[in-house]
Amino acid sequence: MSEITREQVEHLAGLARIALTPAEIDRLTGELGQIVDSIAKVSEVAGADVPATSHPIPLVNVFRDDVVGETLTQEQALAGAPEHDGTRFKVSAILGEEQ
Amino acid sequence: MAARPDLMDFDKALELFEPVLGFEVHVELSTKTKMFSDAPNFFGGEPNTNITPVDLGLPGSLPVVNGQAVKYAISLGLALGCSIAPSSRFARKNYFYPDLAKNYQISQSDEPIAFDGSVEVELADGTLFTVPVERAHMEEDAGKLTHIGGSTGRIQGAEYSLVDYNRAGVPLVEIVTRPIFGAEHRAPELGAAYVSTIRDIVRALGISEARMERGNLRCDANISLRPRGQEKLGTRTETKNVNSFRSVERAIRYEIQRQAAILAAGGTITQETRHWHEDTGRTSAGRPKSDADDYRYFPEPDLVPVEPSLELIDELRAALPESPVAMRRRLKAEWGFTDLEFQDVVNSGLIGELVDTVGAGAAPQSARKWWTGEIARLANAAGPDVEASSLVSPQHVAELIALVDSGDLTDRLARQVLEGVIAGEGAPAEVVEARGLKVVSDDGALIAAIDEALAQQPDVLEKIRDGKVQAAGAVIGAVMKAMRGQADAARVRELVLERAQA
Amino acid sequence: MTHDLIHLSAADLASKLASREVSSVEVTKAHLDRIAGVDGDVHAFLHVSENALAAAAAIDERRAAGETLGELAGVPIAIKDVLCTLDMPSTSGSKILEGWVPPYDATVVAKLRAADLVPLGKTNMDEFAMGSSTEYSAYGPTRNPWDLDRIPGGSGGGSAAAVAAFEAPLALGSDTGGSIRQPGAVTGTVGVKPTYGSVSRYGAIALASSLDQVGPVSRTVLDSALLHDVIKGHDRRDSTSLTDDWPSFAAAARAGLAPDALKGVKVGIVRELNGEGFQQGVKARFAEAVATLQAAGAEIVEVSAPSFEYAISAYYLILPAEASSNLAKFDSVRFGLRVTPEGGGTVEDVMAATREQGFGPEVKRRIILGTYALSAGYYDAYYGSAQKVRTLVQRDFSRLFDEVDVLISPSAPTTAFPIGEKVDDPLAMYLNDLTTIPANLAGIPGLTLPMGLAAEDGLPTGLQLMAPAREDARLYTYGAALEQLFEASWGHSLISQAPHLEYSEQTAATEGVV
Repeated sequence: MSEITREQVEHLAGLARIALTPAEIDRLTGELGQIVDSIAKVSEVAGADVPATSHPIPLVNVFRDDVVGETLTQEQALAGAPEHDGTRFKVSAILGEEQ
Repeated sequence: MAARPDLMDFDKALELFEPVLGFEVHVELSTKTKMFSDAPNFFGGEPNTNITPVDLGLPGSLPVVNGQAVKYAISLGLALGCSIAPSSRFARKNYFYPDLAKNYQISQSDEPIAFDGSVEVELADGTLFTVPVERAHMEEDAGKLTHIGGSTGRIQGAEYSLVDYNRAGVPLVEIVTRPIFGAEHRAPELGAAYVSTIRDIVRALGISEARMERGNLRCDANISLRPRGQEKLGTRTETKNVNSFRSVERAIRYEIQRQAAILAAGGTITQETRHWHEDTGRTSAGRPKSDADDYRYFPEPDLVPVEPSLELIDELRAALPESPVAMRRRLKAEWGFTDLEFQDVVNSGLIGELVDTVGAGAAPQSARKWWTGEIARLANAAGPDVEASSLVSPQHVAELIALVDSGDLTDRLARQVLEGVIAGEGAPAEVVEARGLKVVSDDGALIAAIDEALAQQPDVLEKIRDGKVQAAGAVIGAVMKAMRGQADAARVRELVLERAQA
Repeated sequence: MTHDLIHLSAADLASKLASREVSSVEVTKAHLDRIAGVDGDVHAFLHVSENALAAAAAIDERRAAGETLGELAGVPIAIKDVLCTLDMPSTSGSKILEGWVPPYDATVVAKLRAADLVPLGKTNMDEFAMGSSTEYSAYGPTRNPWDLDRIPGGSGGGSAAAVAAFEAPLALGSDTGGSIRQPGAVTGTVGVKPTYGSVSRYGAIALASSLDQVGPVSRTVLDSALLHDVIKGHDRRDSTSLTDDWPSFAAAARAGLAPDALKGVKVGIVRELNGEGFQQGVKARFAEAVATLQAAGAEIVEVSAPSFEYAISAYYLILPAEASSNLAKFDSVRFGLRVTPEGGGTVEDVMAATREQGFGPEVKRRIILGTYALSAGYYDAYYGSAQKVRTLVQRDFSRLFDEVDVLISPSAPTTAFPIGEKVDDPLAMYLNDLTTIPANLAGIPGLTLPMGLAAEDGLPTGLQLMAPAREDARLYTYGAALEQLFEASWGHSLISQAPHLEYSEQTAATEGVV
């Protein structure tokens, strides 16, 4: 059985910035455990001599010329924003009061 | 807030502890476009205008590497004596922060483009110090946050923050040193000299504006202390926000004194980011580094490996400028400066200006005197952020010197002309013309004025004739006044003595 | 007339449009009417374009003026909501992007417009393409036109159902682990996952960057080829885009109609992709397909790819890992949903609350799994090992393609299952992509075409063809050849046997269509 703990899922949710509810954490702890158990066998099959493949079709040196292209207008940039001040995106305070 | 820790006397700290340094210097590349998008590489303007969907991390957008930035990074790696990786890769560094549009930074982690180099740094007395470079890698900058409400734009106590992504995606090369041992009491000086050498290198390469005060060049200084005789390295702090060479020096000195006081009192150093405050000359604690910093690096799947050809590397190597140390030695010899004179130029950061001024025909000594003297003085007077090099061009300084050398301007007049040039009135010759500042070299006009002055001061004439030559000063002053300063005082003196004997 | 127009293939519509027998406005109107009539039940569309008729009219005008137009000019097309469109919201099936209209077109969408196709609307999908049933759409499930109580496959169930329900002759899909091919199989339609890099990913909202590929969805092999011809090709905005000169896929499909197109072709049956857990009716139809190939002169060999046993595990590490990073941008700052916790909070609290509320359960599951696979201490065992399995899968394919021209398997292990059956069992859901995942891991092209109805439930089954990387043309030639042989043996196309859909009393504009 997997060693996924509730605390681990809470930690992962923090890293992933998702405010999971306690019920979700409970459920995910079980599910993640099952999933990890079923896929952990990947580590059995490939030895140190097998190189990793990150791209299905190998390519190298794909570069862009250093030439300025079309930019978004400020209006376009801000159009989808939940909140802005007319020129910049607005977000809540970064530090809490206790910080 | 913690009470201010006592600082240990610097010499005392060095007696007890060995300082170990490390630097992470970020160099903003002066490419036309950003690292991964074709937006202009410019972030001074109207917020959120120099951006594409890529810089804003819009869904569906994809990065494409700027080939010029790669060449610049290779050149910099070579200038730092690094090996260039036959294959290097970009990776994603995952963390959430509102200035990071994608909530991951595209950087290079375990496969940097350049690694294993060293930089020769020359200290003020000419001592050479070798700084080992672990790696130089490419990455992208983040956007800019402005904190509103609370006290003076600080993040603490702010009500909300505003984000401008114009800077997001600006190409950076980060140069990371290995731990630097053996700097001892010169650690603060070494820090400043190292960063200044990096500045000289990137400027010589022409790959960055490299202005610390503008953030083109940013230094994070890692400092740790270990008790004398101990093998194991001490816990380090990482000091950020050091925006000038002098700050690097001061921040290192401060951290050594602060850490020494804590360690000597039996305390422990917290591994953390610290912020340098220029105004108070102190560092303050930032975010603690902890195991929670799990960046989950993995190869950036939207980009492919960078594999520069040997031909390209050779080509870039052949185009490298000489190293700052070699260049300084050559110039010092060519210019015939004393150690003190040359150091003065180095410290003022005006070597490039002198090179160009001499190149435009001026004598090295005259160029040095003008740049480190009057021009530096005017820059200082104009404000703390004003650089001498931004006031006037080397070509104009050379022209000015030529006018003095030919006798068309006195030093005093030349200073007025310089002010005119700086005020934007044109080239020196144009200012001379417009302001009517040319020296009166017409002996006839001078003689007439001298005769008149002598006639008005017969007692002076007597004294001169009696051999009291210094009495001539009063007459010279009167003549210069009549000439409104536009006469060569030496020539006036010659003529006064001649007329007095007539 | 209208009824006839919606049943025509894109190729037939294109020739009627070219000969000006019908106008694009008529064709477009016919499809919009069909959507209005049946999409209340099918729910293939998340958004129906308001500009479709105007775009069609403009194309008719240009044709009347004698302009040279694209081969598919005037033909309507549905677009999976994973693709960015300037004039329509692009949500990727998620609440977190509800109503978001991108300031740019995906490259493939721009290519559609440049080739004078008429975008009809955006199709439903599992949220961020995570799923095999379209039940994970934040906007409600799409229903299979063959049986409205069953799933249409996923993640591209909307595109497949739209085509199967005659709401569009063509659609665009995206395939990360089977999201074009598995829906194709269970809806009796055709779909192709192209060679990785042959179609631009720019503007396709990323699920897993190293696996995602946009591709065609249609009712015939030739139609997929025609659409693939429109969207293929290098894009300087996508660093993984190939610079190859691609042959005409339509020509390749037409070559398949030659009588001896399959003669001497070496076909490999992958043992690992047709075994336990496969539905009886699927296996029976697959055996018939093999017999059909043999009868047509193809040489059949059974081959083995041992690494495939690990492919699904590797996939469910690589995909969540990349997805956890790709989906980090949904943070309420620059676009999309923002949820502020009661009483306010820091930006961190706002981001966490937004992602909690904006993401559905499967998305959260995969983000947490991916975060785990990449986190310190686990990377080598999980993500690192999965990348190595990927190498083994590629080696297996490469060895097999030394022996055979094309590999075949069922496209999906089962026919369409009832809505709700697997929605709470992630592991069972993941097995639906067993047959399609290896092609994504290796970047090779795969095609699905209908191979008959399963005897036990009367639902469609699909045959998957796989070719070496860059050999997409083979799929069209052999696929078209097989399609012709199947239809000859049945005496009709499979899709023509789909049940007649009742026109809903409710108008689609008020129900189901956003």
